[in-house]
Amino acid sequence: MAFEVVADSLGAQAKDSSKTVANIAVRRRRETIFKICGLLATSFGLITLALLLIDLAAAGFPRLSWDFFTNFPSRRASQAGILSAWVGSLLVILTTASIGVPLGVGAGIYLEEYGRRNWLTSIIEINITNLAGVPSIVFGLLALGLFVYGLGTGRSIFTAGLTLALLILPIIVVATREAIRAVPAALREAAYGIGCTKWQVTRDHVLPASLPGILTGVIIGISRALGETAPLITIGALTFIAFLPDSPISSEFPFVSFSWLFDGFTVLPIQAFNWISRPGSDFHANAAAAGIVLLAITLGLNAIAIYARYKLRKKLQW
Amino acid sequence: MASHIVTAFENELREINRKVAEMGGLAEKSVVDSIDALIKRDTILAQRVIAGDTRLDQLQREIEDDAITLIAKRQPLAVDLREVVSAIRICNDLERVGDLAKNTAKRVLALKGEYQAPALLRGVEHMSEIVLEQLKEVLDAFGARDAARAMAVWKRDGAVDDLYTSLFRELLTYMMEDPRQITMCTHLLFAAKNVERIGDHATNIAETVHYLVVGEQLADERPKSDASSMTTVAYPKG
Amino acid sequence: MTAMSSVSIKTTIAAKPEFKFGKNKVSANNVNVFYGDKHALKDVTVNIPEKAVMAFIGPSGCGKSTFLRCLNRMNDTIPIAKVTGKVEIDNQDIYDKALDVVQLRARVGMVFQKPNPFPKSIYENIAYGPKIHGLAASKSDLNEIVEASLKKAGLWDEVKDRLSDSGTGLSGGQQQRLCIARAIAVSPEIILMDEPCSALDPIATARIEELIDELRENFTIVIVTHSMQQAARVSQRTAFFHLGVLVEEGTTDTIFTNPNDSRTQDYITGRFG
Repeated sequence: MAFEVVADSLGAQAKDSSKTVANIAVRRRRETIFKICGLLATSFGLITLALLLIDLAAAGFPRLSWDFFTNFPSRRASQAGILSAWVGSLLVILTTASIGVPLGVGAGIYLEEYGRRNWLTSIIEINITNLAGVPSIVFGLLALGLFVYGLGTGRSIFTAGLTLALLILPIIVVATREAIRAVPAALREAAYGIGCTKWQVTRDHVLPASLPGILTGVIIGISRALGETAPLITIGALTFIAFLPDSPISSEFPFVSFSWLFDGFTVLPIQAFNWISRPGSDFHANAAAAGIVLLAITLGLNAIAIYARYKLRKKLQW
Repeated sequence: MASHIVTAFENELREINRKVAEMGGLAEKSVVDSIDALIKRDTILAQRVIAGDTRLDQLQREIEDDAITLIAKRQPLAVDLREVVSAIRICNDLERVGDLAKNTAKRVLALKGEYQAPALLRGVEHMSEIVLEQLKEVLDAFGARDAARAMAVWKRDGAVDDLYTSLFRELLTYMMEDPRQITMCTHLLFAAKNVERIGDHATNIAETVHYLVVGEQLADERPKSDASSMTTVAYPKG
Repeated sequence: MTAMSSVSIKTTIAAKPEFKFGKNKVSANNVNVFYGDKHALKDVTVNIPEKAVMAFIGPSGCGKSTFLRCLNRMNDTIPIAKVTGKVEIDNQDIYDKALDVVQLRARVGMVFQKPNPFPKSIYENIAYGPKIHGLAASKSDLNEIVEASLKKAGLWDEVKDRLSDSGTGLSGGQQQRLCIARAIAVSPEIILMDEPCSALDPIATARIEELIDELRENFTIVIVTHSMQQAARVSQRTAFFHLGVLVEEGTTDTIFTNPNDSRTQDYITGRFG
């Protein structure tokens, strides 16, 4: 019986072959329509971005010179430079990374490898996910209340670093956990199988294997921190600054100094914001040039990240 | 027992068993016919027995081929492995049984026109009745996978041997009494020996059935009491 | 008429040289394993003789791998797993609180289903174990251990000129032998193998089986396998698991020619499973 039914339907299909052909034509047409829609959507984004970049480059490129990097801001647009801004950015990011990366990676490892599945870790997990969605201005307000007034860390690089570290913490934690989770169970078993302790497994096998993924998360976080303006303005970053923080290297023992941590500062996006809010196209050109520098640093960091990840992955190869 | 997941495996095993059963039937028949031909001096029947042996040989080759292919393809284990090995062993025994029946049938042709005293045949006839019963019983035991029945056959083989020893002595005596009977008696002696060896093969099959069912080789020595090789008869004086 | 009395000649036939089992290396008593609510292993009691190969066979999910993982407490790494009962190695309870699980795993090596070399050099793959357990006093000691382990695993000639190449660049069979060498390097007494050949081609499988046969001289080997033929080829004793129960255990010869239990018979002859 069943065979007959199958045979019947086969026969019916054969009979309706003209219908099938028509059906295929309809499906092909739909495919083409969707392809075109997708292409339009993609090119809209790309073209807009390209136009923006071209506009930025056209406006800012003429201002890029050695002086631009070595001059302090000035009332005269042609003499104004970004020295204090890029040094500030660099120091803030350094502080952010040195606080955010160990905390984020550490928390990620703990949650993934050591944390037992219970209500506490569940709450922590939910919180971390939520933290990633908190608007950055809220971080600024938190930092102002907690660090600047509460702990008295002042409107300093340290406060800025701390704030941005908090901001990027969820990104790093989530990336670390994802990367650790992607390590094959077989590798862990192999390590446990020859008698590794949990820490040996983590340090010698899991971390090296998940490093590319963690690195990606770190870079994404740092790129984000580099472009942040709102929380820094909230904690009171200066917009016009004509001095450098203390040098981290000193001539006396122990040759490194951390007094710069508590100096006032500005950063590239704030500097650019400052210039763009002034009247006069000269300052607007300065803002565009600062924008180019910021973009270059961000892209550069991404390039390094991609290269490092590629190298590390090649070394791992399973 | 549940059947195999692989239906083809099941069918192949069944086919081998069917062929062994067919061989058993044919072998039994050719033994019956060869003895019949001997007693009735029926050369036509004898020739039929001789011709029928080729089918037995062919079946034996087929079973061996099937079994070898099955081992190569399916790697049988446990009871399946014993089934296949048993089939090979039993078909060898049955092929030999067929050969022995054929040999007896050939002697019927050789004896054509020879003088014959009917009394001489009685011993051979009696012996072959017992052996045929043994053969039939052991083939049934194989069909029913009945180790106990097979063992009963195995234990009875001693009786056949005893019978053969006494027949041997009897025929020897006849030959001494009347040299005209020597040709006849010699052939009968060989026919009797054939029958006795068919009994031995029945015993072999019994051992195989025991192995097939129980899974262990028989450790005991078979009850042997064929003493003919050590039998002499003193020449009658006077 | 005289009949010669039959002369009985007694001949002694040498008995078939049977495998002599040594003392029991591992003895498990009423071992139960629970994964959460699932009762994965039920009252398994079995002895594993030393310097022999014991095979665990049975359908998927029958508990054979679970039991194997009790022997080096690999189940500890699964949070929801709970083990009850007693497992003793050389009469020492391995679930004793005082026993260090790291120490245990140095004594009970493991080889996994899929070859899993570390994504490091061949040399590092072998040297890592001895290093963390402090087995090598010097660099030359370590070199010796690496060479000896690779030789025992029958891999030395194939890799001696490229010890610094990545272990993951080897063929599947070589990788598995590398994993065996890695296990040997920490001088274990027992080697557990969880379907070590299931990802390998027949030639690579034959090499591993040959290796297992050689290793039997010095190690107690427990192997889980889905291949009945493999169990029959490499092991001296076989245990059949079904639905979390150890159904039958005996010499491999007996299990594969004349098993006692009808479930064993049905499984090995392909009647269910």
